Amino acid sequence: MEKFSNLKGLVAPLDRANVDTDAIIPKQFLKSINRSGFGKNLFDEWRYLDNGEPEMDITKRKPNPDFVLNQARYQGAEILLTRTNFGCGSSREHAVWALQDYGFRVIIAPSFADIFFNNSFKVGLLSIVLSVSIVDRMFQEVYESEGYSLEVNLDCQTVTTSGGESYAFDIDPFRKSNLLNGLDEIGLTLQHMDLIKAFEEKHRINQPWLFK
Amino acid sequence: MQTLYEKLWKSHVVQEKADDLALLYIDRHLVHEVTSPQAFEGLRIAGRRPWRLDSVLAVADHNVPTTERAYGINDPISRLQVDTLDRNCEELGITEFKMDDVRQGIVHVIGPEQGATLPGMTVVCGDSHTSTHGAFACLAFGIGTSEVEHVLATQCLSIKKAKEMQILVDGTLGRGVTAKDVALAIIGEIGTAGGTGYAVEFSGSTVRALSMEGRMTLCNMAIEAGARAGMIAVDDITIEYISERPFAPKGDLWEKATAYWRTLRSDDGVIFDKVINLDAAQIKPQVTWGTSPEMVITVDGRVPDPAQTIDSVKRKDMERALEYMGLTPNTSICEIYLDKIFIGSCTNSRIEDLRAAAQVVEGKYIATNIKLAMVVPGSGLVKLQAEQEGLDKIFRDAGFEWREPGCSMCLAMNDDYLLPKERCASTSNRNFEGRQGPAGRTHLVSPAMAAAAAIAGHFVDVREVL
Ligand code: SF4
Repeated sequence: MEKFSNLKGLVAPLDRANVDTDAIIPKQFLKSINRSGFGKNLFDEWRYLDNGEPEMDITKRKPNPDFVLNQARYQGAEILLTRTNFGCGSSREHAVWALQDYGFRVIIAPSFADIFFNNSFKVGLLSIVLSVSIVDRMFQEVYESEGYSLEVNLDCQTVTTSGGESYAFDIDPFRKSNLLNGLDEIGLTLQHMDLIKAFEEKHRINQPWLFK
Repeated sequence: MQTLYEKLWKSHVVQEKADDLALLYIDRHLVHEVTSPQAFEGLRIAGRRPWRLDSVLAVADHNVPTTERAYGINDPISRLQVDTLDRNCEELGITEFKMDDVRQGIVHVIGPEQGATLPGMTVVCGDSHTSTHGAFACLAFGIGTSEVEHVLATQCLSIKKAKEMQILVDGTLGRGVTAKDVALAIIGEIGTAGGTGYAVEFSGSTVRALSMEGRMTLCNMAIEAGARAGMIAVDDITIEYISERPFAPKGDLWEKATAYWRTLRSDDGVIFDKVINLDAAQIKPQVTWGTSPEMVITVDGRVPDPAQTIDSVKRKDMERALEYMGLTPNTSICEIYLDKIFIGSCTNSRIEDLRAAAQVVEGKYIATNIKLAMVVPGSGLVKLQAEQEGLDKIFRDAGFEWREPGCSMCLAMNDDYLLPKERCASTSNRNFEGRQGPAGRTHLVSPAMAAAAAIAGHFVDVREVL
């Protein structure tokens, strides 16, 4: 996993609640056996007017001018601001890969669906929960001022506006350290191989029917 | 005193970490073709091997065709994904039910069917509807691809302990009211984020009276209420279902196992973080009208009017949903006409579901406005059993197509999908925009309700036709 470093990034607003992973990356793109290349199909059904299929030439597609990410002022956005229960639905990690591949590094919402939230930390996308009222205010500000950006400092666990207002967010220490250090979680777990083996032996004695 | 969830949790902790985080041992890892290729590739790149092969069971279900299989898969991209699963399983020695195996089917149908899902297990799969397996008093939850790789490599996952919710449903369900209606009624009540952060235990006399099929439907939909895991305590019905299944223990081990399994229930008087009560007698057949499972109403209701909603974010969501669904506020649900009918998915494709639908359509014929009505059994074995019971004939005679098992039009990754603006009564679990095809319109219902709608051409109250 790549290290997460602090960033000051342009914010794009996605003013919908319950954005599901089918909307983030539609199923036809899940047929890929690769981890990369999903960014061009992020929010495909909202972003384009034609029906997207894998391996389509992106330059020949018709972007939907009404969709927020197609507006000039949000090009290059690295922070997505959105509403409650972001990432609900399917467990597809492709949703996280697509957001990341598109260029997002941080998602801010009042709440996230459990599996999406969990998946995001596994690959270095930072999901930040802020209260409904703070998110409301940020929506207002992002609409009002073009070029609206936020500074995210993971070390200090703060999101700071260009006006200097700073909001604290929670993150559990294990996830934080993995993100900050870009750690390989499998490698970390395998350092406890002895513990796993010891547990497995005990488990085999208690519930032998679980083992062949 | 402990809840079922605590018992399952504690019996799998390999290592406690700070902040309610623990390394949990995983007993059963189900794998399908869509969320696994990158995980296998990751293992390969890192030079790692699977930790415990006998814990893994693989099947291709999302991409498989539901029509004639002898010619394989047409779409080269889908085919590559299924071939990749086959190759990975062959190379590593993982048990896989291939497309031509009668045991092939939807991953959440075949696990229990084979006895590969057993009480007391931790069960994971790169699929959110893994919650289904909780019907067997398992701690079962969906994971992403990075975690698939993590479980393959280490047999463990770092998991944060959830809060605990009890959903108590008591009383007798009315005729024609099913587990699906209970699930949708719960989601209507608590919302799609109501269970976020919780592990949910379903209990109460209504749940005890459900068959394992019904319990699986209920736990399947836990994720649509935001809960990563749903579960139900073990009782005679659970044990009866598992007995003699191919992967289930036999002889002395069976005796030992069942003695343990019977302890898998929440202790009397234990306190949950949250309790929701439902009266079964009040639950009517449910129909979703919008683009989220919480946008649901009873069959005798009307499409809601956003103008009556004060919360502006919610109002905008409703307006958008109605526009997408092509519905006007205050339309009576029974006046909604349909184009397609889909009976299938890991929610409702088991034998009991097919029986319920067949009972409704027997001796009748689908309405002329129905362009396609299809039944997609959850597995090859469900299909076989249904055929032995003559259900295929009932469906065919009623104008339904009788298909091969798989996920099919639940997510439309294969050739089964809605055309733009087509309206479908579906027994699946998600009515999200585009789920069954770009611009397709999905109404979630029970199998009996879908069957009744096929005959009438529009929604009808199944209680009136039974
Ligand atoms: S049937 Fe639908 S919900 Fe179930 S596993 Fe398949 S795609 Fe997912």
